[in-house]
Amino acid sequence: MKVMKTLALVAAAALALGSAAPVLADSDPGPADYAAKLQGKRVILIPLSMGFDLAQGWSAILKREVAAFGGVFETRDPNWSTEAGAQAITDAINAEPRPDVLVVMAPDLNSYSKLLKKAQEKGIYVLLIDNPANFAADAYLGSDWTNLGALEAQAAVSFCGEGTSKKVGLVQGDEVNATSLYQYEGIMKVFAEHPDIQVAAKPVSNWDPTTARTVTATMLQQNPDLCAIIDFWDGDATGTAAAIREAGLTGKVKLITTGGGEKTADCDTLQNGTYDAVVTTELYIESYNMVAMIKYLLQSGIAPGTASARIYTLEQVTTKENMRPDSCWDLKALQALAGE
Amino acid sequence: MGALNQERIVLLIAVAIFVVAALALPDFLTPGNLIAIVRSISVLGILALGMGVVVIGRGIDLSMVAVMAMSVAWYLHLLNDGMADAAALGLTLAGVVAVGLANGFLVAYAEVPAIFVTLASGSFVFGFVRSQVISQDAVPVPLGHWMMDLGALRPGGIPADVYVFALMALAVWLFLRFTKWGRYVYFAGDNPVAARNAGIPVRPMLLLRYVLSALAAFAAGLLTAASLQSINSRVVNSTLLYDIVMVAVIGGIGLSGGKGGVRNVLIGAALIGLMLNAMTILQIPQLFQNLIKSGVLLAAIVVDGLLNPRDEQTAQQGDI
Repeated sequence: MKVMKTLALVAAAALALGSAAPVLADSDPGPADYAAKLQGKRVILIPLSMGFDLAQGWSAILKREVAAFGGVFETRDPNWSTEAGAQAITDAINAEPRPDVLVVMAPDLNSYSKLLKKAQEKGIYVLLIDNPANFAADAYLGSDWTNLGALEAQAAVSFCGEGTSKKVGLVQGDEVNATSLYQYEGIMKVFAEHPDIQVAAKPVSNWDPTTARTVTATMLQQNPDLCAIIDFWDGDATGTAAAIREAGLTGKVKLITTGGGEKTADCDTLQNGTYDAVVTTELYIESYNMVAMIKYLLQSGIAPGTASARIYTLEQVTTKENMRPDSCWDLKALQALAGE
Repeated sequence: MGALNQERIVLLIAVAIFVVAALALPDFLTPGNLIAIVRSISVLGILALGMGVVVIGRGIDLSMVAVMAMSVAWYLHLLNDGMADAAALGLTLAGVVAVGLANGFLVAYAEVPAIFVTLASGSFVFGFVRSQVISQDAVPVPLGHWMMDLGALRPGGIPADVYVFALMALAVWLFLRFTKWGRYVYFAGDNPVAARNAGIPVRPMLLLRYVLSALAAFAAGLLTAASLQSINSRVVNSTLLYDIVMVAVIGGIGLSGGKGGVRNVLIGAALIGLMLNAMTILQIPQLFQNLIKSGVLLAAIVVDGLLNPRDEQTAQQGDI
């Protein structure tokens, strides 16, 4: 009887094992499902221009990631022209095969809103990057520009301590772009909490380095005792830096700006004293947030335009003192990795 | 009314702005600010000198800003790639002269209107260099290059740009005033057919003028890069080209050719420099600055049209 019982147990165990064995050998359904939903999906990146560090960084990361899931990645280069960008979006909407995701950097608050809405209606997910716009994108990924401005202003406050004039100059972008308007708002919010800080002048560079140099030269003539200048973009801050340098005020007038965090543009310039503080927009975090959103949306099954989320990147002020080896990213290395 | 030609009107406006600004604006009349004003228009002035010579000869060169930015971008790219300075400079100069010759050839021999030729060549130069040569809008000056020293050079506390502008103004003045080919520019601009019938080499001179404007553009680009320690091709999208035309036209170099000279460029540049400086000190918003600038240009053109009506005889020769 005991033998019988043991035999039955063994048989039961064997049976259990036998039926369990196929389950163990079965593969994870994830990759097949992932591939089925992502294979061949088309992603198009339309920045303001492909000619600056951030756009090339986004492109390098997206290219590598989209290729990895078997998708098709393309870029369009409007070369800073709003019309060319609108044309690129229109072409993408009507293209055959139709793209699945548009990753768009809007030139201002309103220009692309209707076009992008149309793209969503046609079943294309729209991700807005870096520049906010009056449009409910499936996700906005990039800076909280008000907060970014606040970070710059806090850096200015720290530079303008006791014994300085406490006078700050601003070199604004263009007075129409969200990045310029919100940055200004954030700066002024912080200065409102520090009534001793005074904004001496706030000229506009139109994002052009030569204009930035000219207006800064004038500003420094009027206020040679400024303790800090906040320039709204490292793309034109080279001109502001030139004016400070030519006035012999390097080191005395601290220069704060914001940029993509590319090594030659931001960290090298912090190192050599051209800039004193830079709020970098954290390319890697921003780009991988885009990658995550693309992968999520393509598998989600939700219709484009259903939800709208803001995914702000956490940012900080980088100075010569707190700079780490990984504070900046190297465009050449990144492009080499993406095989560009 | 003849005494009050456009040149004098603009000069009066410039003097009026200067006097009002000197009285009303704080720290306007300091040596530093005056140097800053002259400096701010030096590069613009150099470009306007080149444009002026072309416009006097009844042409226009819309490729100047593209040549200015892209020639220097190419030069810096070659340097960053490790080419020897002399070779890189020689190659770039050859390229600049080639663009000038191509512009001149198409206008003079293919007889395509200058406005179309140079619009197209400017787009070509920008597109070719931007897409085939450089990978980014901004190209940095290599560390330790002489352009860095040039940018830091301030003899007598005055930036090098100002000296270059002054020397080029003198050279162009001497050319237009005292050389045979300089005088011919006016004849050719005033009435090309008559000039040709009189035996003036109108077509080879056209080539020369477009080469001169291309060289002026290259010089302006070098000075810009020297100061900013980089050149940014985005300047091609800016309003700089219109500013150049504005400086030339506002000072009284008529677009119908044969009129004006270096003095007109200087007056036009002075007005622009004073206006921009005063508006910056007054903190007038950018949008209004553009409005004021374009309003002044429009007014100058209208006044020019009223005071200097078209000469029926030459008007039939075709404008730009």
